[in-house]
Amino acid sequence: MATTIKYADVEVGTELPAQTFPVTRATLVQYAGASGDFNPIHWNEKFAVEVGLPDVIAHGMFTMAEAIRVVTDWVGDPAAVVEYGVRFTKPVVVPNDDKGAEIEVSAKVAAKLDDSRVRVDLVATSAGQKVLGMSRAVVQLV
Amino acid sequence: MALDQSFVGRSYPPTAPYEVGREKIREFAEAVGDTNPAYADRAAAQALGHPDVIAPPTFVFAITFKAAGDVVHDPELGLDYSRVVHGDQKFAYSRPVHAGDLLSVTSTIEGIKSLAGNDIIDVRGEVHDENGEHVVTAWTKLVSRAAEGA
Repeated sequence: MATTIKYADVEVGTELPAQTFPVTRATLVQYAGASGDFNPIHWNEKFAVEVGLPDVIAHGMFTMAEAIRVVTDWVGDPAAVVEYGVRFTKPVVVPNDDKGAEIEVSAKVAAKLDDSRVRVDLVATSAGQKVLGMSRAVVQLV
Repeated sequence: MALDQSFVGRSYPPTAPYEVGREKIREFAEAVGDTNPAYADRAAAQALGHPDVIAPPTFVFAITFKAAGDVVHDPELGLDYSRVVHGDQKFAYSRPVHAGDLLSVTSTIEGIKSLAGNDIIDVRGEVHDENGEHVVTAWTKLVSRAAEGA
């Protein structure tokens, strides 16, 4: 493992560069194919509405995959992420237009742990609502 | 209808090995727009000390969720799968998943709860490689939402 961030250089409160990730219907179709999750709530508006959703929603796992990019981009080697957990609090609603939705992700170092590990807490929002709760990663630094 | 508590602690046999493919990892990384070279360029991954391209942290879910699906589709359990949503997800890695891995999953039901008509089930998937070494543990919480008027 070869991370670019050093444990000694990180302090509690260190903010990671925030990022915004776009998501359109096309993104969801591509993710469905790559992940094998073909649940129609992620591409079929009629079906989504019938089961009580406002519109097509992004896969929770898509949002989870985007959010951790703030950490893997920061640290360089994705293998540094040794633990990662989230709670899916609100769906990311993806309208059928050219713009779609955006997922905004910020993160900061919440604790320094033993063995050169740090805990990073993430915040992910879409349309002003928090879409991931208890979103935390443990990152192995050098 | 509340689910049968006697399923708590039940483990299911290991799944048939899933071979992690280099192109499948690339396809997944492209789908989430991630250009980290460790996912697509073998030399770049090796420069970081990995034997081959590695998978993004959430890639393994496709494998563990399929294994969890065998559990939640167990007709004896009686979960209404059409109303299931994903509640929580967590991964804890011993090492990253990389191309060429042959992974099998052993799923265990860790908890069953009924809350306001919702059935909540926690499944733990232990993922091992072809040598029997632990790679990652995935915890998946699934919520079967109460039917309207129920």
